[in-house]
Amino acid sequence: MTQNRPWIPYALILPSVVFLCLLFVVPLVQTIWLAISENGVPSLANMRTMAGDLNFGRSLINTFLLTLAVVPIQIIMALTMGSMVSKMGGGRETILWIWTIPLGISDLAAGMVWLSILQNTGYLNSILFGMGIIERQTAWLTYQTPVALFIGIAIAEIWRGTAIVMIIIVAGLNQVPKEFKEAAEIFGASQWTRFTRITLPLIRPALQSALILRTVLAFEVFAVVYTLGGRNFPVLVGEAYNWQNQNQNYGVAAAYAVLIMVISLAATLVYLKAIKVDPERLP
Amino acid sequence: MANIVIDNIKKSFGAFQALKGVSLTINDGEFVSLLGPSGCGKTTLLRIIAGLETATSGDIRIGERSVIGLPPKDRGLAMVFQNYAVFPHMTVFENVAFGLRMQKADEARVKKQVEKAAGLLHIEPYLDRYPNKLSGGQRQRVAVARALAVEPGVLLMDEPLSNLDALLRLEMRTELKTVLQEAGTTTIYVTHDQTEAMGLSDRIAVVHDGRIEQVGTPVEVYNHPATRFVGSFIGNPPMNFITMPVNNGQVAVGAQTFAVPAKGSEIVLGLRGETVERTSTGQGLDIQVRVAEPMGPHLLLTGSILGQPARVILPATEAVKNGEIVGLKLDASRLTWLSPESGVSYPVAA
Amino acid sequence: MSTVSKTGFISARRFLFWSGIVALCAWVLVPIYLVTLGALGGRTGAYQWPKTFLPTNVSLQPFILFLKTEGVLQSFLNSLGAAGITVALSLALGAPAGYALARYNFRGKDSYRLLVLLTRAFPLAILALPLTISYIRFGLYDTVLGVGLIHTVLALPFAALVTQGIFLGVPRELEEAAWVFGCTRIQAFFKIVAPLALPGLVATAVFAFVISWNEVFAASVLTVRERTLTAYLLTVLSESPMHYRFAGGLLLILPSVVFIFAVRRYLFAIWGVSSK
Repeated sequence: MTQNRPWIPYALILPSVVFLCLLFVVPLVQTIWLAISENGVPSLANMRTMAGDLNFGRSLINTFLLTLAVVPIQIIMALTMGSMVSKMGGGRETILWIWTIPLGISDLAAGMVWLSILQNTGYLNSILFGMGIIERQTAWLTYQTPVALFIGIAIAEIWRGTAIVMIIIVAGLNQVPKEFKEAAEIFGASQWTRFTRITLPLIRPALQSALILRTVLAFEVFAVVYTLGGRNFPVLVGEAYNWQNQNQNYGVAAAYAVLIMVISLAATLVYLKAIKVDPERLP
Repeated sequence: MANIVIDNIKKSFGAFQALKGVSLTINDGEFVSLLGPSGCGKTTLLRIIAGLETATSGDIRIGERSVIGLPPKDRGLAMVFQNYAVFPHMTVFENVAFGLRMQKADEARVKKQVEKAAGLLHIEPYLDRYPNKLSGGQRQRVAVARALAVEPGVLLMDEPLSNLDALLRLEMRTELKTVLQEAGTTTIYVTHDQTEAMGLSDRIAVVHDGRIEQVGTPVEVYNHPATRFVGSFIGNPPMNFITMPVNNGQVAVGAQTFAVPAKGSEIVLGLRGETVERTSTGQGLDIQVRVAEPMGPHLLLTGSILGQPARVILPATEAVKNGEIVGLKLDASRLTWLSPESGVSYPVAA
Repeated sequence: MSTVSKTGFISARRFLFWSGIVALCAWVLVPIYLVTLGALGGRTGAYQWPKTFLPTNVSLQPFILFLKTEGVLQSFLNSLGAAGITVALSLALGAPAGYALARYNFRGKDSYRLLVLLTRAFPLAILALPLTISYIRFGLYDTVLGVGLIHTVLALPFAALVTQGIFLGVPRELEEAAWVFGCTRIQAFFKIVAPLALPGLVATAVFAFVISWNEVFAASVLTVRERTLTAYLLTVLSESPMHYRFAGGLLLILPSVVFIFAVRRYLFAIWGVSSK
């Protein structure tokens, strides 16, 4: 394009740059400063308060466990769904739409949906009672049943968050020309070999961005947990919320925020390193 | 090596009949082209032979063995795709070795076969590179090498040259012919480009509207098209079709008369534009020239014969003005006579 | 004989395949159906034991009662307002940037893309924490505009990347043809590019809406009285009866599901672009 007015692109991106500086970069710096200062002086007091808090260790472990449980299952389910629709002829659009519905559902709503199933007089207990497995209403979501609570929260997260992974993966699969798989088939590759040697390497970029997105979101998990378990299942963002809103201690809340950001960034870097995407080796 | 028998293959996509009963026998080591316009069903037929698509009915035998229901890998064939389908995430070496690896060939055999195929296609310098660094022509060579490396009984090629530019296409065509002659592989080659089909094939099967219209050597198909479609699809300019009156089984053209096998009062003359010689007007067939275009090697005349549109070719040395009437002498042995009703040509007199 | 067993094998596989698809559909749909039953079943429905899976004793009455509860309607309107601001701002700021990325090569283009992509590695909603102080200072605290602004931070990077893909999809030649035939750049954009890009831009707007509509954390941190629906539901969660929670869940789900349905054709094109 003609470069006689080289300022045009800068004028076009300027508003968004200014906006992102004001509401992304500045708060980012503020958060870090809040976390590592006290009364305007650099200090690790907030960090120490955070680390010494009763819930700190549990919330850290819970968040990590939840991420480790949820993200791999979501990726596997999304890959399965993606492979399934790629084999479909008619009805593909409808099935895809049904599978993407949870994309529009917030974690808060997902929590409420699964609350209707998992609560004491809920549908899970009704089924178990009908099958004679339990004799009376059983509580699954209390601090006395941490494993059941954990599984319940994980299921709700998987239910809600798989859609976005599937969309990214299906979009990635759509960009792989079908000739690649056909060529592999002609030359004798089994279905499994085609999947592992041809499809998976070719959708690396989609896998990478799905993993980053989902992992960052998993470390942000909050409303699902709060709806299902209240404060019985502490997670990092929930603690940050409580320090901010209940205790009005912005410094410790910021310390939690910084911790979450560091973990998210680290996870992103790990993925970027582990799943190398070389544009030279893509279609 | 293997022969292929295609026996009354039909294929429908819903209400649409892509193939309406196609039969064709291909001999061991033969190079046969499936030639036709896009949408005629030729690629569908190739994909059915490959096992990428299932036929609605009919049988396919490769080396006397029915392959219907067999997955592609058990059919003993290899394929070159239109857009090459060279795997971008593998080196050229691994691409060429792919089929051998799937057969679990040992490392020594893989190396030997890859080097042999790479040598044939002159891609040894790129074996360590990734395909995205290669040009279209080089990728094309990789795709062919990958197919030849497994020493397939049958090689299928789906418009392999159509994504190359004109000059490269010519070069690759010549090279393909040499390489395949050397390998001696039975080959089915799908193309819509008649010059490719003419230049490469032992025989051409002209496909139109889900049927094979004619099978024959390039010369047969060109000189004596079985139907009006074949005549108009092959050749540049296409064959002229001129409806002429028949009297007592004879057609009179100026001073020339030709005995024709027609029963009715009219017959269609199929005339290749370059089979005529110039003569004085009234002596042969007269063409009313609308435009005369000197093409370099020859002179192309566009106009009308007996009021019907026609194109003929004269030597470049002739001089013809727009609007002139030119007499054309016909060569009886190079004429095709067709039924005006069915558009099917009459058998060539012995 | 062999053909019989082969077809038997194939239809068994097909059966497995389709049961898998049906099971995954049920996995998505049944929970939504159940929460709808809960929302329409009222107090008696919520504590009925054991529950039936059929829609008996269902009426709109409990749901309407919930809508009339103090604070629900206002927070619903606040959510709409915040989402509207998010849509307007993220498109107004993001689309020009997307256009610049699609059409121009300029120094700093890669840095800009990096800035945009960097936001993805951060849990953005967390940035609401320090904003509380500045928001109080600028009078944005506890306002719908304030929530819309922080939600725009979430939606803007997405909008910029997606609109880049959309504008790349409009051939540059069309625009150049318009210039040749006498349009100014701005005319060419509005006469040629904008109409062609419109469906994609609408889809982007819908996503911005859904992002804002569903956001819980920042909205809860930055509001006290002017709650959005999510923030309202979160704060009254512990003291509200079960069937109110289900009704709240249903109210949250409905609009975004309808919107996702409206843009379902663009879902994959958009994510194909934005995951590059």
